[in-house]
Amino acid sequence: MSPIPPTIALRPLAPPHLRIAVRGFSVLSRPPPAYPHHVPLTTPERILLGAGSAIVSLINPRRADMIATCGETTATPYFIYRLRDAMLSDPVGRRILKDRPRITSKSLNLEKMRAMRDGTVGREYVRWLDREGVSPDTRTQVRYIDDPECAYVMQRYRECHDFYHALTGLPVVREGEVALKAFEFCNTLIPMTGLSMFAAVTLKKDEKKRIWDTYFPWAIRNGLQSKEVINIYWEEELETDVVALRERLGIEMPPDMRQTRAAARKAKKKTEKTAPPA
Amino acid sequence: MAARPLARAARAAPLRPFLPQSAVLPRFYSAPSKPSDPLSNSQQSAPSESDTTHFGFRTVKTSEKADKVHDVFSSVAASYDIMNDVMSAGIHRLWKDHFVRSLDPGRKPGGSPQQILDVAGGTGDIAFRMLDNAANLHHDLETSVICADINGDMLREGEKRAHAQGYLPSDRISFKVQDAETLDAIPDNSMDLYTISFGIRNVTRIDKALESAYRVLKPGGVFACLEFSKVSPAPLDALYQMYSFSIIPMMGQLVAGDRDSYQYLVESIKKFPSQDEFAQMVRNAGFLTAGRGYEELTFGVSSIWKGIKPLKK
Repeated sequence: MSPIPPTIALRPLAPPHLRIAVRGFSVLSRPPPAYPHHVPLTTPERILLGAGSAIVSLINPRRADMIATCGETTATPYFIYRLRDAMLSDPVGRRILKDRPRITSKSLNLEKMRAMRDGTVGREYVRWLDREGVSPDTRTQVRYIDDPECAYVMQRYRECHDFYHALTGLPVVREGEVALKAFEFCNTLIPMTGLSMFAAVTLKKDEKKRIWDTYFPWAIRNGLQSKEVINIYWEEELETDVVALRERLGIEMPPDMRQTRAAARKAKKKTEKTAPPA
Repeated sequence: MAARPLARAARAAPLRPFLPQSAVLPRFYSAPSKPSDPLSNSQQSAPSESDTTHFGFRTVKTSEKADKVHDVFSSVAASYDIMNDVMSAGIHRLWKDHFVRSLDPGRKPGGSPQQILDVAGGTGDIAFRMLDNAANLHHDLETSVICADINGDMLREGEKRAHAQGYLPSDRISFKVQDAETLDAIPDNSMDLYTISFGIRNVTRIDKALESAYRVLKPGGVFACLEFSKVSPAPLDALYQMYSFSIIPMMGQLVAGDRDSYQYLVESIKKFPSQDEFAQMVRNAGFLTAGRGYEELTFGVSSIWKGIKPLKK
C-alpha cells in the first residue's frame, strides 16, 4: 500500500517522520510513480539534485522551478513528515488533508473577491495581487516527494505562499521574498526556506541592513510565536477580517517594505542632489 | 527557540493511531493507471500493431507521436546546443566534424556543385559544417544545402544562426519545414547527398523515412545517418545506461528546466535498433552498403551508417 519500499527492520522502527527509507532500487528500475508526475529518486540523485538546484536558485532566483525542486529534494527525511504531522494534529489541518483543496487561478474567483468588503482576507489578497502585478498562476507540480500525502502538503505550502505574502504585506521584491522565507522557515521548518535566507547575501547594502535589523528579527519572532500558517483553510477564510485573522494567529505586521524602500530611495536621491559625486 | 516546532511534532504523534489511515481516496494524487493494469484504457481497445508505437518507453497512438516529438523539440530548441554540450561533454562536436569530414561534401575536380539535403537538421549544425567543408577544402561556393526539419522552432534557431554566421542571405542554404517520412517538397532523384544527424530515432516510421531518402537521392547518391547506437562491451554499457537515465534528465532539469523532454530523449535512444539491425533496414530500402554498413564512434555511443543508391535498378 505504501509507495515507499518497505524498510528492513533490523531494529525497532523509529516513528515515520524520523525514518529514512532504504531505497531498494536503481535508476534503471525505478518503482512506478505514486501519483501523476512522481519521479522516485535514489539517495545520490536526491543529494545531487538538491545541491544543483540550490546553487542554480542562488545564481538565478527567477528559476521558480529550481526553488521548488530544492524544496522537494531537501524536505526528506523528517521535515515534510513533521509538517504533515503538524497538520494532522490540528482539526483544520486534518480537514485540509481530507479535502485536499487546490489553489489555482481557476479555483479562486478573483472577481468575486474583488467585490468583497475592504479589510477581508479575499479583498486584501486581490489588492496585494493587483499591487504587485502577479496572478495565482499554477505553481510547479510536486514530483520528488515519495509519499502522496506529503507531496500534497508541499503542494499546499507552495500554493499558499501568495496568501502568506498578503497576510504579512511583504512585496515580491527580493528583499520581501527573503524576509517571507525567514518567516516561513521559523513557522513551517521547511529546509528550503531556511536555505533561502542565504539569498540575503545577494541583496544590496541598505537592503541587507534592513533585513538584518528589522525583518529577520520580525520573521523569527513571529514565525515561532504564531500558529502554524499551513493550517489555515484559506478557501474558508476569504470573508474573515484580515486584522482578526492576524490576531487569531498571533502575527504582527512588519513595517511596510514598499514604503520604507520608497522613502530610502527618496532620501538617497536627495543626498545625491545636494552633494553630487565628483 | 527552535524547540517549539519539535514539541508540536511530539504532541502530534499520539494522535496518529486514531486517524484514519488512507481512508479517503486522494483526490488529486490518485495513482495513474499503470500500463500493466488490466483495467487501464490502453489495454481495453486491443490495439493492432500499426495503431500504437513507442514514444520513449511510453506507448502512444501512431498518429500522436509526431505531435509529441514536435512538442519535445519546441521546448528544447532554445537550449539545444547548450544541452548537447553538457550531455556529451562537447564530444558531439567531434562526432559531427568526423561525420562531415568523412563525407567530404563539395565539388570534386571535374565534377559539379552538389545538392545536399540535411534532414532533421533544424539548428544547422551539419549544414554549416558541410558548407565550410565545400568552401574551405574545395573552394566551392555553389554547393547548396537544404536544411529540412519537422519543427519550425528548430529551423528558426537555425536561420538565426545562419544570419549571425554569414551563411544567409545567400542561396547556399535554405530552410524548409518537411516531414522526413514524405519529403513532399523535394523532387525525385534530385539530391547528391542525404544526411540525417541525431534525427532518425524520432521519426515515427523509420522505414518510410528510408524510402523517402531513396526516392530523393540521385542514382549514385549517398545516404548518411549519424545516430546514437548500442554501446559494447556490456560493463561500459551498464555505466552508460546509468548515466543516461540518471544524470541526463537531471542536467536537463538544472540547465534547461525540462526533465521530461530529456527523459524522452534517453528513452528514445534505448528504443532505437542496434547497429546491425539498422544497417539491414538501410539495405532493405534499396541502398548498397560496404562491409557491415556502419562505423562506430566512442565505443558505440553513436554510429555512422552509409549507403549508396545503386546506378541501375
